[in-house]
Amino acid sequence: MAHRWGMAVDLDLCTGCGACVTACHAENNIPTVGDLQASRGRALHWMRVERYIEGEFPDVKTKYRPVMCQQCDAAPCEPVCPTYASHHNDEGLNAQVYNRCIGTRYCANACPYNTRFFEFFNSTFEKPLHLQLNPDVSVREVGVMEKCTFCVQRITAGKDVAAAAKREVKDGDIVPACAQTCPSKAITFGDLNDPESRVSQLAESPRGSKLLEDLGTRPKVTYLAGAEFA
Amino acid sequence: MIRQDRLTRTLLKPLERPGVGWMLVVGVLAVVVAFGGFAWSFMMWEGFGLTGKRWPVFWGFLITNFVFWIGISHAGTLISAILRLVNAGWRRPVTRCAEVITAFALMIGGLFPLIHLGKPWLFFWLVPYPNRRLLWPNFRSPLVWDFFAISTYLTSSLLFLFLPLIPDFALIRDQSTGLRKTIYGTLALGWRGTTQQWHRLETAMQIMAVAIIPVAVSVHTIVSFDFSMAPVPMWHSSIFGPYFVAGAIFSGIAGLIIAMAALRRVLGLQEYLEPIHFENLGKLLLTMSLLWGYFTFNERLTAWYGNDVAEMNTFAATQTGSYSPLFWTMVTVNFVIPVIILSIRRFRTITGCVIASVGIVVGMWLERFLIIVPSLGHKFLPYSWGTYSPRPVEIAITVATFAAMALLYTLFAKFVPIISIWEMRAGAHTQESAPTRESVPVDARLGESHS
Repeated sequence: MAHRWGMAVDLDLCTGCGACVTACHAENNIPTVGDLQASRGRALHWMRVERYIEGEFPDVKTKYRPVMCQQCDAAPCEPVCPTYASHHNDEGLNAQVYNRCIGTRYCANACPYNTRFFEFFNSTFEKPLHLQLNPDVSVREVGVMEKCTFCVQRITAGKDVAAAAKREVKDGDIVPACAQTCPSKAITFGDLNDPESRVSQLAESPRGSKLLEDLGTRPKVTYLAGAEFA
Repeated sequence: MIRQDRLTRTLLKPLERPGVGWMLVVGVLAVVVAFGGFAWSFMMWEGFGLTGKRWPVFWGFLITNFVFWIGISHAGTLISAILRLVNAGWRRPVTRCAEVITAFALMIGGLFPLIHLGKPWLFFWLVPYPNRRLLWPNFRSPLVWDFFAISTYLTSSLLFLFLPLIPDFALIRDQSTGLRKTIYGTLALGWRGTTQQWHRLETAMQIMAVAIIPVAVSVHTIVSFDFSMAPVPMWHSSIFGPYFVAGAIFSGIAGLIIAMAALRRVLGLQEYLEPIHFENLGKLLLTMSLLWGYFTFNERLTAWYGNDVAEMNTFAATQTGSYSPLFWTMVTVNFVIPVIILSIRRFRTITGCVIASVGIVVGMWLERFLIIVPSLGHKFLPYSWGTYSPRPVEIAITVATFAAMALLYTLFAKFVPIISIWEMRAGAHTQESAPTRESVPVDARLGESHS
């Protein structure tokens, strides 16, 4: 049976440390743009930790929510792309074909989660950062959209390894960079078509909800939280 | 037979050898346009980051200009087609001015979907051209619909502009020598003024006038679909189609009035572009201003009454927040001032109409901006809110588009009579009291019956 990749993020475990953001940058060759461009809104964070602060000082409480592409089943970014650069693949991922993208940025406008980013300039990796570029991930050129891929290169590699060993992909074989690096293990990744996988079970959890569920985008990321978060 | 009556003389006068003033105007405008072109090239060279676009406001001035210029293009063809179909006698000096605006505004507006691309050199991927890889554009994307809508409208507008030019080209051909004769002769497509040719021209224009109205309406509806198809607060609304079409015609008439007033003064056409034409267009503008006010009120009221959380954030930003100075300026110049000026007969003069029109052009540009930017800056997750301000390249390109319009118009008026000579002649004869059939020249009489 085809895979259907999904993710679960436990907000009660998230400490807002931002390790997932850093790991994502390193894994996916995401350039850092510098303070000037960042102040102009050109920072690319495929994964971000949203902070919401409640209450009056000194009695404040901060809540964290890591937000990445929700890999929607009914993704608003897909039909609007004139060149099919943004399209749905067989495993339910919202794939982005960089070489097919001409930069209309329509997908980014249509995305309710604002999880799509644009290469405003050709990315540069100052020495010695160029030595840590991931050879499995393309470095995007100026003028294309990009976003979280659920570390599609790791998914492909995991399937290749399993195929070479003549077995099925097991739950836990494939771990995206953010999940791998999360110190509190708040992020779980796996196959939603496998009812035994941890992510499938978490997706069914009564603590689970989808981000902006009312919009009908049918995201494949489940956020888990106790009653106090909701 | 070459007749050099007063009408022909006046209307062909602008086609004579250009003076210093004309050269100067063209030179200045060309420099501004060239600077805009330079800004675009520089933007491609350095990267799209030279614009003010940012996360999460990925569309800004460039798409505003796109919608604005496509809107202006509705001046022409639509108004001219309706006036032809209802056979409004006063249309004669107006139609060509309007049709020219359409053609040029579409050329300018149609450039923006290319200018705003991250990789403009790959624009042809929007086009369904046969290729070895069997790749098609995504027909579900409103941007692909845009391509079809705009190319259809541009083609039909150019035809609609060209058809009634043929007899005038022939007239110029008959009065010129040398290279000029060759060029205008080619453009006249062998026009001889035979009964059969008049009949065919009339039929063709009739067909075009009928066909172009649905095309024009669909074009701006499809432009509005660029926004209303996306689940973005205040975009996802079924009012956008008619709202955009009404706004387009509104700004189009305003553009037409400004162009006519300029032509009247510069080319000395006071005799032909009379106060009555401005008076009539002023009434049309008043109607559209009221309609625009009605649509805006509807759009705003339903959003406010619906009280959807995400929509209310955009609504508040526009109504009372940081965009409110722009919003209330827009309401003032699009509704309050035009309604006051145009509903009082004493103010509905040429000057009055021009003042109202300038305000409306500014106001309609602001409307496009206010539709696009506040919504993108206030989507569903407050953490990702953002704002936008333009940067020099976008301003240079925007200014250049207005200069480009003026430049193209100036050049056109130098090479082509901006008022249709044969239609004016035909009109002049019908106004005379009961002319005997014999007293009307054959070409004029035949030209009349087309409408």
